[in-house]
Amino acid sequence: MTIKVNSQLKPAAEMIHSLFLVNQSGDIFLEKHWKSVISRTVCDYFFEAKEKAVQPENVPPVLQTPHHYLITIYRDKLFFLSVVQTEISPLFVIEFLHRVADTFQDYFGECSESIIKDNVVTVYELLEEMLDNGFPLATESNVLKEMIRPPTILRSVVNTLTGSSNVGDTLPTGQLSNIPWRRAGVKYTNNEAYFDVIEEIDAIVDKSGTTVFAEIQGVIEASVKLTGMPDLTLSFMNPRLLDDMSFHPCVRFKRWEAERVLSFIPPDGNFTLMTYHVTSQNLVALPVYVKQNISFFETGSCGRLDITIGPKQTMGKTVEGLMVTVYMPKSVLSVNLTASQGNYTYDLTSKLLVWDIGKLNPQKLPNLRGGLTMQSGAPRPEENPALDINLKIQQLAISGVKVSRLDMYGEKYKPFKGVKYLTKAGKFQVRT
Amino acid sequence: MTTMQRLLQLPVSAVNMVKTVQSQVQGGQEEDKSPVLTPDGVQQTWYSALQPDELRHLRSGGTGGGGGGGGGGGGRDQDERAALEEGGGSSSFQNQPLRHDDLKEMLDSNKDSLKLEAMKRIVAMIARGKNASDLFPAVVKNVACKNIEVKKLVYVYLVRYAEEQQDLALLSISTFQRGLKDPNQLIRASALRVLSSIRVTIIVPIMMLAIKEAASDMSPYVRKTAAHAIPKLYSLDPEQKDQLIEIIEKLLADKTTLVAGSVVMAFEEVCPERIDLIHKNYRKLCNLLIDVEEWGQVVIINMLTRYARTQFLNPNMNESLLEEGGDKTFYGSDEDEDEDEEDDKDKKAEAASLAKRKPYVMDPDHRLLLRNTKPLLQSRNAAVVMAVAQLYFHLAPKAEVGVIAKALVRLLRSHSEVQFVVLQNVATMSIKRRGMFEPYLKSFYIRSTDPTQIKILKLEVLTNLANETNISTILREFQTYIKSMDKDFVAATIQAIGRCATNIGEVRDTCLNGLVQLLSNRDELVVAESVVVIKKLLQMQPEKHSDIIKHMAKLTDNIQVPMARASILWLIGEYCEHVPNIAPDVLRKMAKSFTNEDDIVKLQILNLAAKLYLTNSKQTKLLTQYVLNLAKYDQNYDIRDRARFIRQLIVPTEKCGALSKYAKKLFLALKPAPILESPFKDRDHFQLGSLSHLLNAKTGGYQELPDWPEAAPDPSVRNVEVKESVPEWTKCSSREKRKEKKVEKPFYSDSEGESGPTESADSESDSVSGSESGSGSGVSRSGSESEASEEGSESEEEEEDEEEKDKKKKKKELKKPVQESESEQSSEEEERKRERKSKPRKSASETESDEEEESESESSQSESDDSDSEVEVKKKKKAAESKPPSKPVKIESKKEKKEMSLLDLDDFEPAPSPQVTPINTFLSSSLANDLEGLSLSDSVLSPATIAPSSALKSYELLHRITGEGLSVEYCFSRQPFSPDANMVAVQMQFTNSATSDAKNLHMVDVKLHSGMRVKEFPEIELLPTGETSTAVMGIDFCDSTQAANFQLCTNTRKFFVSIQPQVGELMRPVFLTENEFKKEQGQLMGMNEITEKLTLDINCRNEHAIVQRVATAANLSRVPCGSDKECSPPVPPADHPVHRFAGRTVTSGSLVLVTVATKEDGAAQLTVNCEKMVIGTMLVKDILLALTQ
Repeated sequence: MTIKVNSQLKPAAEMIHSLFLVNQSGDIFLEKHWKSVISRTVCDYFFEAKEKAVQPENVPPVLQTPHHYLITIYRDKLFFLSVVQTEISPLFVIEFLHRVADTFQDYFGECSESIIKDNVVTVYELLEEMLDNGFPLATESNVLKEMIRPPTILRSVVNTLTGSSNVGDTLPTGQLSNIPWRRAGVKYTNNEAYFDVIEEIDAIVDKSGTTVFAEIQGVIEASVKLTGMPDLTLSFMNPRLLDDMSFHPCVRFKRWEAERVLSFIPPDGNFTLMTYHVTSQNLVALPVYVKQNISFFETGSCGRLDITIGPKQTMGKTVEGLMVTVYMPKSVLSVNLTASQGNYTYDLTSKLLVWDIGKLNPQKLPNLRGGLTMQSGAPRPEENPALDINLKIQQLAISGVKVSRLDMYGEKYKPFKGVKYLTKAGKFQVRT
Repeated sequence: MTTMQRLLQLPVSAVNMVKTVQSQVQGGQEEDKSPVLTPDGVQQTWYSALQPDELRHLRSGGTGGGGGGGGGGGGRDQDERAALEEGGGSSSFQNQPLRHDDLKEMLDSNKDSLKLEAMKRIVAMIARGKNASDLFPAVVKNVACKNIEVKKLVYVYLVRYAEEQQDLALLSISTFQRGLKDPNQLIRASALRVLSSIRVTIIVPIMMLAIKEAASDMSPYVRKTAAHAIPKLYSLDPEQKDQLIEIIEKLLADKTTLVAGSVVMAFEEVCPERIDLIHKNYRKLCNLLIDVEEWGQVVIINMLTRYARTQFLNPNMNESLLEEGGDKTFYGSDEDEDEDEEDDKDKKAEAASLAKRKPYVMDPDHRLLLRNTKPLLQSRNAAVVMAVAQLYFHLAPKAEVGVIAKALVRLLRSHSEVQFVVLQNVATMSIKRRGMFEPYLKSFYIRSTDPTQIKILKLEVLTNLANETNISTILREFQTYIKSMDKDFVAATIQAIGRCATNIGEVRDTCLNGLVQLLSNRDELVVAESVVVIKKLLQMQPEKHSDIIKHMAKLTDNIQVPMARASILWLIGEYCEHVPNIAPDVLRKMAKSFTNEDDIVKLQILNLAAKLYLTNSKQTKLLTQYVLNLAKYDQNYDIRDRARFIRQLIVPTEKCGALSKYAKKLFLALKPAPILESPFKDRDHFQLGSLSHLLNAKTGGYQELPDWPEAAPDPSVRNVEVKESVPEWTKCSSREKRKEKKVEKPFYSDSEGESGPTESADSESDSVSGSESGSGSGVSRSGSESEASEEGSESEEEEEDEEEKDKKKKKKELKKPVQESESEQSSEEEERKRERKSKPRKSASETESDEEEESESESSQSESDDSDSEVEVKKKKKAAESKPPSKPVKIESKKEKKEMSLLDLDDFEPAPSPQVTPINTFLSSSLANDLEGLSLSDSVLSPATIAPSSALKSYELLHRITGEGLSVEYCFSRQPFSPDANMVAVQMQFTNSATSDAKNLHMVDVKLHSGMRVKEFPEIELLPTGETSTAVMGIDFCDSTQAANFQLCTNTRKFFVSIQPQVGELMRPVFLTENEFKKEQGQLMGMNEITEKLTLDINCRNEHAIVQRVATAANLSRVPCGSDKECSPPVPPADHPVHRFAGRTVTSGSLVLVTVATKEDGAAQLTVNCEKMVIGTMLVKDILLALTQ
């Protein structure tokens, strides 16, 4: 019995050749090949690059090796490392890998090494269906779920008892339909459609408190559980606010262009309906201001820190979930602070100071102050650390975007409808 | 052929092989040594050490249970086995090798659950990269397992190891071959998928055959799979290229969105150079693009970019003629869709001939591409957005490229890997088209939490965007960056400042001062980087900055970074006349430390010494000598060489006088200031978004982006004949039949009905779509829609169809409230409804306007609060605005309506979807029934056949508009075709409604699939205006529903037409008695029998109706069932009657037997027995449709 190694074959042009899943410590715990097998030694080039990079985020996403190209994403403390041999749009691969990670998240609730190991067979089946010969085949979660049912506790118990499987025995007709995101014959006793309008404020505030840059990014997350084939229309009070957006494939683009109405047959379950950007003409009202003073003294190897946060424009709503994160310079050994509200933690190894404030009380502004102990002999840090602000405001879309109505056609029943608004801090950074 | 024979024999020898394999595995240790198979060496020794023992263990277990068997074994062996048995239960490490045997046993067992468990463990092993190849024989046996999950996992295993065990893998092939013939499209597709994934060279012919067949499968999903299989086969055997290209060509012509992406992918992998294959499909691809799945979109867009570069002219070639703005509004509007083809052609010709002299006119096809890709900028998929962005960058007129900036900036919010790639591309773009990204300058500001590579790329973009107006803000930003803790980033910032300073003269001094301040930074890296940059800046205007040079000279004491030291030395040497006192002193210090310096520093010391010697030899002669002597004995030969060279040059000796004269000129020549360039400059010769661009190196398989052609190639190659497609075989029968009855009426509305949905998209792009042609396609689409909902197999329709369908549903709901409202409104509503029934597949603007109306009416009914009504008013206005263009269409369609009788309404009504069953349809179908009854009574009179032959459906072959006045309809006359009994008779009716006579009507250039034959109709010499003529032709369809394509010629024109039969027309009735029927049926059981349960349509529960409908759907004759029943009047018999029909296929004469067994409450069972399974499957669907609607 001899083995023919396919050396006589011409290296074929293909898309994604292989996928390796690597954990943070550099173990390959899953490999999948869509064409002939590529030795996992190819990952050594990646490990080399990983060694060099201080942070896992700093590993270059695209690496060139003598015979292959490695395209990697870092998600949830895992590296998804794909191997390609020929020209391909790198974003194509990156986007696909993220879709794979999304699918795992969707199926197993989280995307971690242990959960993938636990569900290795399902993972393998999924990967098998998602790519054919390295080209994406079925990436819609709806189609996949028809073929491979996501594991639930009940089903896994039943499966072990009866030996039945989690592979769907019906054939995936969704793959054939022209609305692949929705399967036929959906049934619910409670028909409900909920939409969350979530806005994130990205901002950079400089030392003096002036806003260098601020913009609002919005996303509408939907959770639609409706029977049959409903056709929904969502319209806004003020669609002119929306500047640039991207849509789930279900949204009829022409209708939006013409009428600024979102018209769509929704996928079943949770999905992102659209993301948008608010026109830059509108000045962004930051909900909070930060007064800070961080200083390091040349002598005595110590420093002072004083942060106060106050409400700015909150539209009469309460600011919740307020949190300040500071990446301290390496030379800061310890901190000795007092918080007037909430509590703080300082991680000695990562030099991360987190001050969890909670609700912002406009009458009594939260304040954190105290001393910093520096490594003796180390030079004074040149730059003061930046503060990352986190916050939440319920029932408010800071841009003023408002959903005016949601209508359903195509089905007779009356669904429960709901729209929730939430404003969050996105990449909200205060320079000091 | 030999391979085939070999394959056929295989199953016989297979059993033996499986038996022998176990011993072979034992001997075949070398496979474990293959590097491919065992990734980790540790595992391998461990495996092989235990294997013999392990096998023996199995044998002993098999022979007599217990633990006997080990009689002959030595003591060591026994010990080991004992250890193994012991470990089996507890330690999982020890357990591992044992499990292999377990697994084999489990796989051999009869229980699916055990098999499944075993397969799961094996797959887990594969996933971990462990070798499981020795299980191959045990696994492959289960390829035909009934359990679907076991089957799937076996496939996974097979695809992984087949390559390594080719002979054994062949055992599985027959299973897949069987699967390829399955009536279920999904099974056919998955069989093809696995078959083509098995990389075994010997099956190449089988794969080829399977792909060929699947490429003409009726299911688009199977065709998609075929497209996927093409690159697999190509990589296995590149010699098949030519044949594969043929298949690709065929699939490229496919009109479904499902196939488009996959086939273009195959095209790109197999024959990207054959750009000529795209011509005919170009417009179709452009039009389908928006509905193709996202991954396919990326591939198609990238390919079309290349295509456009070869076919169109550079839109930016005439920079002076920037009237693009005017052009843009003209083309950008939707008006051009209404243009005639004629106009279109003229313009293209114009473009081709006058391109050089006249102002640039964009080819409408070029515009089509730009317009159809633009909406995809809104895709959620970053790869799609990037693909469109690069398309615009490479193809669009300068003025329009700007639209992509916003979308690209949006992607910066995405994952960091996406950011990384996008920023690379933005960096390249921002060099060429700076203005595009300027408004988004702040989006590139850097956060301290960004990964380093992102920071550096953002910095690059910011630098590219810097100009006189924004430089102050950018520099202020840079100042904060310089303080960052990330030193690589700081260094990059300093370089960026340097670049800004060189590019923008106004800020040079400011930058220089800033950089000089950095020289006192505590971080050496920062200082060093600054020195290097300052050096470059100073070179531009050295005389002004002698104090900076002095300052830097002092730094030599502190700075240790070689590059920085070298830079300082070079500066001092170069500008030693500005610092005459300091320079010799620096040289003195350097001479002292020479031996400890880095190589580049040593070279610069030599350099400095030489320069000083030339300018100030009095002070430095000895020093120079000293340095040169040191260098003479340096370890590095570069330095020794340099020393020798310099000595010869500067120290005048007797030997070489000539050169030393010029020493001063050589060393102290004025050096041009360096140009600080972006590393991204000129990277755009790579197609943006590609891997090659990212790596700035050509990758394997990269297709160069061609340069624009000098003169545009002939644009007419993209012209497509507007084929009116033939009806699909699943058309609802009653509807069609009735059309025949109104032949005398202007029939374009119904004949149009046959044009498929994508066809209309085509015609739209060709701008031929008159209002009529559009109106028809609307009807046909709704027809096919209903089919889709019935069978779930047709996915051709585009999203708009869905929309329309929904709209109809909505309309139904709306009906009630409308009645309540004022009469005026309701009448309006009524009118609109009617319009919509004949609604054309309109150009975009029209559709939109219609939708607006729709929403308007919706909202006017709903309780609206104040703000709502405000919006409404606006909408109304908008609707009013967009009305004018659509008006003519409406008028036209209304006219049409008037000419039809009321009964015709249901021709325009889409077949209802199952969820919504409006009363309307009941009514119409009962009407249809009545009419059928009439025709039935007619046929009863004719004694020729027992079959209740029904009125014939006629189909459109050539439309009046496309035929320029000549229209042709055809029907299957169901008469035997006398010249050749194996042919289907097709009766054609020619009508000349043109203003001139048509002469010499005949057909040429018949294109047929293999085996098909055609008997042409006799030439029609003259067809005067307004006259109608008929002719009969015969086609042997070879028992397939493949279309026969040919050209219809008059003396002046040629038209491409095609005839596609419905499956029911492929047979002729035969007379069988009930007994004969039952006997024949008994022989066509199993695979040849297809049974379906159904619920009969409410109007189809009597004998007449059933017989009638079946006979309409297929050319079959009724089998008399017991004479008493046959003669009895149509009073329903007491029990549930069984109706039988019989026929033979025309070509092969295979029997086709149909049984409809009725049960209570309209339930029924339909059975079709036919040797030809494909025909059987299709027939079942047709009859099912006929009986349920």
